[in-house]
Amino acid sequence: MEAFTTHTGRAVPLRRSNVDTDQIIPAHWLKKVTRDGFEDGLFEAWRKDENFILNRPERQGATVLVAGPDFGTGSSREHAVWALQNYGFKAVISSRFADIFRGNSLKNGLLTVVLDQKIVDALWELTEQDPTAEVTVDLETREVRAEGITASFELDENSRWRLLNGLDDISITLQSEADIAAYEAKRPSYKPRTLQI
Amino acid sequence: MGRTLAEKVWDDHVVRRAEGEPDLLFIDLHLLHEVTSPQAFDGLRQNGRQVRRLDLTIATEDHNTPTLDIDKPIADPVSRAQLETLRKNCAEFGVRLHPLGDVEQGVVHVVGPQLGLTQPGTTVVCGDSHTSTHGAFGALAFGIGTSQVEHVLATQTLPLARPRTMAITVEGELPEGVTAKDLILAIIAKIGTGGGQGYILEYRGSAIEKLSMEARMTICNMSIEAGARAGMIAPDETTFEYLKGRPHAPEGADWDAAVAYWKTLRTDDDAEFDAEVVINADELSPFVTWGTNPGQGAPLSANVPDPASYEDASERLAAEKALEYMGLDAGQPLRSIKVDTVFVGSCTNGRIEDLRAAADLLKGRKVADGVRMLVVPGSARVGLQAVSEGLDVVFKEAGAEWRHAGCSMCLGMNPDQLAPGERSASTSNRNFEGRQGKGGRTHLVSPQVAAATAVLGRLASPADLSDAPVPAGV
Repeated sequence: MEAFTTHTGRAVPLRRSNVDTDQIIPAHWLKKVTRDGFEDGLFEAWRKDENFILNRPERQGATVLVAGPDFGTGSSREHAVWALQNYGFKAVISSRFADIFRGNSLKNGLLTVVLDQKIVDALWELTEQDPTAEVTVDLETREVRAEGITASFELDENSRWRLLNGLDDISITLQSEADIAAYEAKRPSYKPRTLQI
Repeated sequence: MGRTLAEKVWDDHVVRRAEGEPDLLFIDLHLLHEVTSPQAFDGLRQNGRQVRRLDLTIATEDHNTPTLDIDKPIADPVSRAQLETLRKNCAEFGVRLHPLGDVEQGVVHVVGPQLGLTQPGTTVVCGDSHTSTHGAFGALAFGIGTSQVEHVLATQTLPLARPRTMAITVEGELPEGVTAKDLILAIIAKIGTGGGQGYILEYRGSAIEKLSMEARMTICNMSIEAGARAGMIAPDETTFEYLKGRPHAPEGADWDAAVAYWKTLRTDDDAEFDAEVVINADELSPFVTWGTNPGQGAPLSANVPDPASYEDASERLAAEKALEYMGLDAGQPLRSIKVDTVFVGSCTNGRIEDLRAAADLLKGRKVADGVRMLVVPGSARVGLQAVSEGLDVVFKEAGAEWRHAGCSMCLGMNPDQLAPGERSASTSNRNFEGRQGKGGRTHLVSPQVAAATAVLGRLASPADLSDAPVPAGV
């Protein structure tokens, strides 16, 4: 995973709530067997409308998505995170994320930042009025900064440490091999098995 | 202080606990399908890793599979390639696979329980958000992303922060014609699509205890639509009865030991939930969705809501956008909404009791002119059972299409899709924009409402059928 320390970029204000993962990446894209090449599928249905905010020339190259509440609801598809990253987003800001989407994002180095809706409103106003306005998402200080706005955000220390260092979860877990083996040794015999080995 | 059901199951699976770190949880059962696993197997290969516990892993094919002509090569080359990738990966790593055409193939959340692999007090994961279904057995079951699929394949564990717990207490009795689907849609409308976020839900109370295992699965299945990763129901005699004799249920002394353990899996009287919601089952009636998320629902007897009636600006905007997408007018009676397609199936309502309920209502009746009805069993076994009971004949005589098992029209990954602008009454779980096909409009309903709607060609409940024309000679 790529490390995330701090990022500054222009923003896309997305004034929609309940943006589900079927909107972020429609199901027919999920037939691909890679982690890349999903950028054209991002918000595919909405992008057919030339006035959709992502299509506007002033939003090209923007890297911070500022979304409404309950972003990433629905399917567990990690493809939603890959699509946002493939398109070029580095961070997503919302007042509330769906659990599975949030977990997936943090495992891929896409920083999902939870801020109070009032701050999201302020970011929407700022970036709608001035598309060139830059937003900084600083994981080291756990702050979001933009003109006239400074807001701190929460992220548990363990997730933050993994992101700052770009650590791979599996190698960390494999350091607990002795604990896993000890647990396996005491599992009761009535637990289900898919195969007799 | 006592512990909740979720806390007991969680505590029994902690491999490692350390201050400031997520718990490392052992996973008892890992279910795989073709869509969310290819990149995980690639990750294993790139790092020279193996599947740690093949005996706790099982795969099937469901999302991409066609429900017609299953003995012929799959027409869509991209779907075919994805299924071939799963077959190749399972062969290379030694994972048990039930491919299309196998008698144990089906929607992954129907297959696990019917094999008896889903058991009380186990942890169950799958790269699919409807893994919450398995919580009906008192299992801690939740959907995971592909990075976590790879993590479980490699380590049989997951590092997780413990969610809070919420009790959803449903007292009373569901009135006749009101089903588990109506109940869960009413719960989601009440707490919202984000209401369960960060919680494990426990459904409890007298109305829940009276439900069959299949109805309990319908409830737990849609926990994710309320934002909760998992939903659970304490195991009881209904659970044990369902499991006994299934292919992977314990036997002999193991059965006795298992039941003794399962009986401990109840929330202690002095345990405290972090939140509680109370629902009176007696007041419920058939429930349908009108919008584009599962929280946008109302009793069938109601009208399409007026967005202006919402105080919250974001809800108002969401309702406006939903009505525009759905092609509905504020104030229009829900019962006046005409449909083009009716879908009975999915991991929510594709089990035998669902098919029986739909067949009961269709017997001696006809699907309305111009309405297409698809009936898709949740698994090949459910299909065989339905055929042995003659349900397939009832569906076909009514003018419905009887299909092979799979996810089918629940999501637009296989040939069963809505055309742009088409409207469906669907027993599936998501009414998102385009979920059932680009531009498709979905109303979530119970199997009973689906069948009544098919006959009348508009959203309807079984009670509306009394005045429906019954064909002569039946």
